[in-house]
Amino acid sequence: MSYEAIIGLEAHVELNTNSKMFCSCRVVDSTTSEPNCHVCPVCAGMPGALPSINKRAVEIGILVSLALNCKIEDVSVFARKNYFYPDLPKGYQISQYEKPLASNGYINIGDDHNTSKIHIRRVHLEEDTGKLVHTNDGEKPRGVSLIDLNRAGVPLLEIVSEPDIRSPLEAVNYAKELHSVLTYLEVNSGDMEKGVLRFEANVSVRATGSKHLNTRREIKNLNSFKALQRSIEYEIKQQVTAYKSNETILQETLGWDESNGKTIFQRSKEHSHDYRYFPEPDLPPLIVNDNWKNSILSTMPQLPHTKRAHFLSLGLTDYDARVLASQRKIAEYFELAVKLGSDKNPPVLPKPIANWITTHLFSIINEAGKSIDQIDLPQIHLVSLINLVHSGRTNASSAKLVLREMCKTGESPEIIVAQLGLQQTNDQVTITKTVDKVLANNPDQVTNLLDGKDSIFNWFFGQVMQAMDGKSNPDLVRTTLQDAIKKASYNRGTE
Amino acid sequence: MDLAFQSLAMVSDLLSTGDITSVELTEVCLSQINSSESQVNAFITISSDLAMQQATNADIAWQEWINGKSDQKPSPLNGVPLAIKDVICVSDIVATAGSKILEEFVPPYDSTASERLRDAGAIFLGKTNTDEFAMGSSTENSAFGPTHNPWDINRVPGGSSGGSAAAVSAGMIFGALGTDTGGSVRQPAAMCGVVGLKPTYGRVSRYGLIAFGSSLDQIGTLTRTVEDAALLLQVISGPDLKDSTTLQNKPPNYLEMLSKTDNLMGIRIGVEEKNIMGSLQPEVEKSVQDTIKTLRHLGAEIVPVQLPHTKHALEAYYLIANAEASANLARYDGIRFGQRQTGKNLWETYINTRSKGFGKEVKRRIMLGTYALTAGYYEDYYLNAQKVRRLVQKDFVQAFSKVDTIVGPVTPTTAFKIGEKIEDPLQMYLSDIFTLSGNLAGIPGISIPCGFDQSGLPIGVQLLGPTCGEQQLLTIAHIYQQATDWHKHIPRLEH
Ligand SMILES: [Zn+2]
Repeated sequence: MSYEAIIGLEAHVELNTNSKMFCSCRVVDSTTSEPNCHVCPVCAGMPGALPSINKRAVEIGILVSLALNCKIEDVSVFARKNYFYPDLPKGYQISQYEKPLASNGYINIGDDHNTSKIHIRRVHLEEDTGKLVHTNDGEKPRGVSLIDLNRAGVPLLEIVSEPDIRSPLEAVNYAKELHSVLTYLEVNSGDMEKGVLRFEANVSVRATGSKHLNTRREIKNLNSFKALQRSIEYEIKQQVTAYKSNETILQETLGWDESNGKTIFQRSKEHSHDYRYFPEPDLPPLIVNDNWKNSILSTMPQLPHTKRAHFLSLGLTDYDARVLASQRKIAEYFELAVKLGSDKNPPVLPKPIANWITTHLFSIINEAGKSIDQIDLPQIHLVSLINLVHSGRTNASSAKLVLREMCKTGESPEIIVAQLGLQQTNDQVTITKTVDKVLANNPDQVTNLLDGKDSIFNWFFGQVMQAMDGKSNPDLVRTTLQDAIKKASYNRGTE
Repeated sequence: MDLAFQSLAMVSDLLSTGDITSVELTEVCLSQINSSESQVNAFITISSDLAMQQATNADIAWQEWINGKSDQKPSPLNGVPLAIKDVICVSDIVATAGSKILEEFVPPYDSTASERLRDAGAIFLGKTNTDEFAMGSSTENSAFGPTHNPWDINRVPGGSSGGSAAAVSAGMIFGALGTDTGGSVRQPAAMCGVVGLKPTYGRVSRYGLIAFGSSLDQIGTLTRTVEDAALLLQVISGPDLKDSTTLQNKPPNYLEMLSKTDNLMGIRIGVEEKNIMGSLQPEVEKSVQDTIKTLRHLGAEIVPVQLPHTKHALEAYYLIANAEASANLARYDGIRFGQRQTGKNLWETYINTRSKGFGKEVKRRIMLGTYALTAGYYEDYYLNAQKVRRLVQKDFVQAFSKVDTIVGPVTPTTAFKIGEKIEDPLQMYLSDIFTLSGNLAGIPGISIPCGFDQSGLPIGVQLLGPTCGEQQLLTIAHIYQQATDWHKHIPRLEH
């Protein structure tokens, strides 16, 4: 019997607002900042302190929800989610429960040949918890736990998908698409290693074709695409094995141990929390009217899927379109380059531009460990360089060197080509002379070639290029060499 | 003239003319406290050093005004000694909320109400006793011992703002802040023979008020006269960005209407046809009837009204208040502030801290509230209570379409003996039966002295008004006080 997986994902997205969800403390990088330096009576849950809603966080929540094709609720309600833990200062988290900010959305994932629509059940706003830091203290047998409340109260957006996902790969594609949308909207840095985007996966399996939903298990705190994929793969295997040996699956919450590649049992359903949700009496219902919604909608940038479609229409390959659209900065870099390229005479087309970016430029960026906006390469320089290659003023292999220099110095390609003496020789006379000289110096090889050893041609080509320090126009060298050999062959025939 | 028992308005006048100084007034209060506090126990903290320092500053402000050095007339509260219930945070003064768990908690922030009083130049003489977290109707549930009624020290002062009411009644202070979640300002006011005003929910910011039932809590005033209540309300009321539930409209001038007229011509006074809860102490019933007669003699028209759903108010009130309290009190876990009773592990620390830190009544309410929110009971208890609440609100809206105010008893009996009801929570809860529907509806109410029983204990009458109806409510009550002298009686403590 074959099995299929039923997967739903919950994403917890930290919003990069200036201040926290319910107070005016700054939102800082909680992995690097001095502990407890961005804390006030409100986010520390001091007696008598009251929350006030950060309007910007709500706007971002609405923007993301609109990007995910959700229906924004006219009235949403904050609620208290009650549980005890030292990183939760008030003993409850302010979240949204019965009436979330938005619901009923979807995103499409996959490529043009194979798309699937993943539905979004709900999007709601809440506050993040603080962090516990466990340290070893010689005095105490089990060490001590310290609390850092810098992260307490940071706005979080929870995005809950329907269980529409059918494979670990699809889960990763969904997560990547979400990551891409969030970074496009510039509401989240996308630095998953810092925990600003965390996933939880609900996984169950069933006989392929069955309509029945089996017991699901929940894997918490998945902080990388890799962890997401591996943990789901592992969990599916576990469940399939269990069903095959007629074991029952119990509803459980699991953690993921990345180093051992295993899930870890956290708690069973009987021990699951009763969060005792009820409407937060300290906050009035959140009203979103059409005017507000529309003004937020008017700030919506083009989203990855729109960019991708546009890039495909420019004649790019599916791969290039996907890669270039994956990040807003890259997409916008490419788009400006395309525009400048079309102004050139003759125009530089999108396809070679895409090619240069995804191959040569990316390798430079990756080596330097930088992002595209940290590289000093104006698009006009890139386009000019491609133009130099096309017009034969420098050859492709030199151009790669030039590109490196351009990124290093910020100079235009013309200047660098001149500085490095990498101008391409298109001078027919010099090329002809060199070809003749190389042929004259290697009479035996000419004979071999004329006797039918065709591979010798490439050897001659290399000899000529080398003789000209690699600066000659390779096309010109090729045709000149061909002509010279034809002539030699004719001469031999007439001897 | 015995300054200690003068009205706030009177001493404010004396300050503004330079006839007395704030330092002198503060000394009068301190000496009164000195002679009576051992019998009354109205205060948890007496901040005499801070008070003397504030008084010195207040005197400078008055001097500058009197000498013409400043054109800014100080607030009528400048230099007036006040007391603040110990559930309201005052920066740098211990705020216990009447609980052992907060015995050493010093808030580093002012409540909005105390900040506004501070800015007006009021003198903070101390923090008054209260039932633990304002949960009680007798001030017996205080970790710092019960407060005694100045009219009979064997009796309770009512509660939970019993310390504030007793302090005003015993001439220790010219006015005090209390809090009213189900009658905790009005009921002790009635039992101590002073004026207790509970404003409309949201009229006074709750920021810095240690929460009990967030959707019901409201800061109110305890004073000798209605005019004094208006003076205090004027300063502490109004919108506050730190409390999202404050009313956004600016409060009117509460004082200007008070003396415009001396009769109640055109005023319609509602009287509930039959008080469902029956069992009123006969003297209380008679005094309320006499008050209605007096109001009619002053020109008011008496109109029967029905409030059919208030018979369910008690149950609804205790479900909602306790549900909210169960979450509000979760933060007292010994982790960040307050007392910690360390255990072998985290959960034991939680259990020890909360078992030892909270008193019996608080634990009872946390358990009831937790139960009401538990999955499976939430609909039956919490949601049904909210439905009743809406029906009670509707009753009042309908009644106030016909009348300007509704007059009735504050409490079924005069002050009862200390210890009399403490083992019988249901009897104790019934002492708020006439006040708590006002909290459910969010409407303003005032309790004013209207007689004495055979033992010489004060009796109060309650006037309820529509949302934001404080101005008219105060005016009606003021006209009644101009025509009567119940509020002028003072208790005789034997020294
Ligand atoms: Zn804060």
